[in-house]
Amino acid sequence: MKASIADLGYPGRLVAVEGLDGSGKSTQIYLLKRWLELQGLKVFFSEWNSSALVKSATSKGKKQDLLTPTTFSLIHATDFADRYERQLLPLLKAGYLVLCDRYIFTAFARDVVRGCLPAWVRGLYSFAALPDLTFFFKASLEVSLARILDNRPTLKHHEAGMDLGLSSDPYESFRIFQGRIFEQYLAMSTEFQFTLMDANLRIEEQQGMMRRLLTSRIDLERFRKTG
Amino acid sequence: MKKHSVRLSRRFPLPAEAAVVVPKVTPKRWLGAGLPGVEASSLCGKLIVVEGADGSGRSTQITRLVEWLESSGHHTVAVGLKRSTLVSEELETAQQGNILSRSTLSLFYATDFADQLENNILPALRAGSMVLADRYIYTLMARDLVRGMEAPWLRNLYGIALVPDAVFYLDVSPEHLVQRVFAKQSALDYWESGMDLGLSRDLYDSFLQFQALMRERFRELQRDYGFHLLNGERSPDAVAEDLRREVERVLAA
Repeated sequence: MKASIADLGYPGRLVAVEGLDGSGKSTQIYLLKRWLELQGLKVFFSEWNSSALVKSATSKGKKQDLLTPTTFSLIHATDFADRYERQLLPLLKAGYLVLCDRYIFTAFARDVVRGCLPAWVRGLYSFAALPDLTFFFKASLEVSLARILDNRPTLKHHEAGMDLGLSSDPYESFRIFQGRIFEQYLAMSTEFQFTLMDANLRIEEQQGMMRRLLTSRIDLERFRKTG
Repeated sequence: MKKHSVRLSRRFPLPAEAAVVVPKVTPKRWLGAGLPGVEASSLCGKLIVVEGADGSGRSTQITRLVEWLESSGHHTVAVGLKRSTLVSEELETAQQGNILSRSTLSLFYATDFADQLENNILPALRAGSMVLADRYIYTLMARDLVRGMEAPWLRNLYGIALVPDAVFYLDVSPEHLVQRVFAKQSALDYWESGMDLGLSRDLYDSFLQFQALMRERFRELQRDYGFHLLNGERSPDAVAEDLRREVERVLAA
């Protein structure tokens, strides 16, 4: 599907944030959500990989190292489909502002880096509408890496891309893996009309820009709760 | 280097059945673009698929095929739907709640299939085993088509699947099927009756309608993918004879 929610004629609007781990996108979408909620607007927020239905299978697969690039891709598509069909689409039809922390572009970037064919991955998600507005948080790779790695976290196997055999050192593997994902994002940026956010700016500066951009692109008054 | 040859004892006459046919390796291909990094040419076993509704005699026929193949000296590995280590339990739990929407159900089954393909089917074929699949992607495709998923989407999804060496569809009319199901169990299954489709609120009517739709889709798939359609309403012996003849042909191909 190459159509957005507006193109499909539904009353809701879909806003997504994409970017590397550590790009600050989750902080920004949280602040945006709070701002919209406190104005009394109909808002729904959804996170990547959060369907209760699929979660136990995904975590088992990750823990026991059962996943291959193909099943990794399919299980995340299953998770997405469950959230899309049961929550996102009905809410968009009911006129909600739906905010997504990561959307199909996360899969497009990650699964392709893992070795899945781009056309196959895109085909899997072709039932999903495109966002009306996609913010891509572009921090320099070093800044994103530093935000995640500075406090020496325990990186999970897949998070570090260890399944790709890039390096036996999880931190080194994470750097290479994130670098490749970053390249994929940049390659998609024009095709999917990402709105670029300078993620090196201060939190408040970015939030101010997001609010202005959202207001200029979407008539927020339409989302006020009624009755 | 001189090759060691095994000396055969001639004290007893060699029975004809002792001769074991070594199946020829035929080129395998993917349904679409295939799996990243897997060479289909390294697969020397055979993949034989039996499709058909519950009650079509599938399991009976597969049990007999396994017995016959093993007695003929072929190592056999059985696979089927919803048997993956990765998601079979979760899929079962999700189905109990009847809360799965169609793309989710479809992708859940595809995950289950891919897990078995990569971990059971391909390794067995690489080792030269006969893989007998108690249903394969065609059942999944037929169900998804009945639920309104689009054919090109499914073709892309299952582009990762290996094209079997033979596919048999045991064709049984819905009226005949319902009698066979009741001869085995006392109730119709929610999903096998397609109750999620809302065809009818009556379980019996829904079963007949859903199975008729499945049969139509299977016939279309048969035209597209060219599999053997076997009349499953005949005696198990007659069906088994057909199957054995066709499988012999596959082994000799």
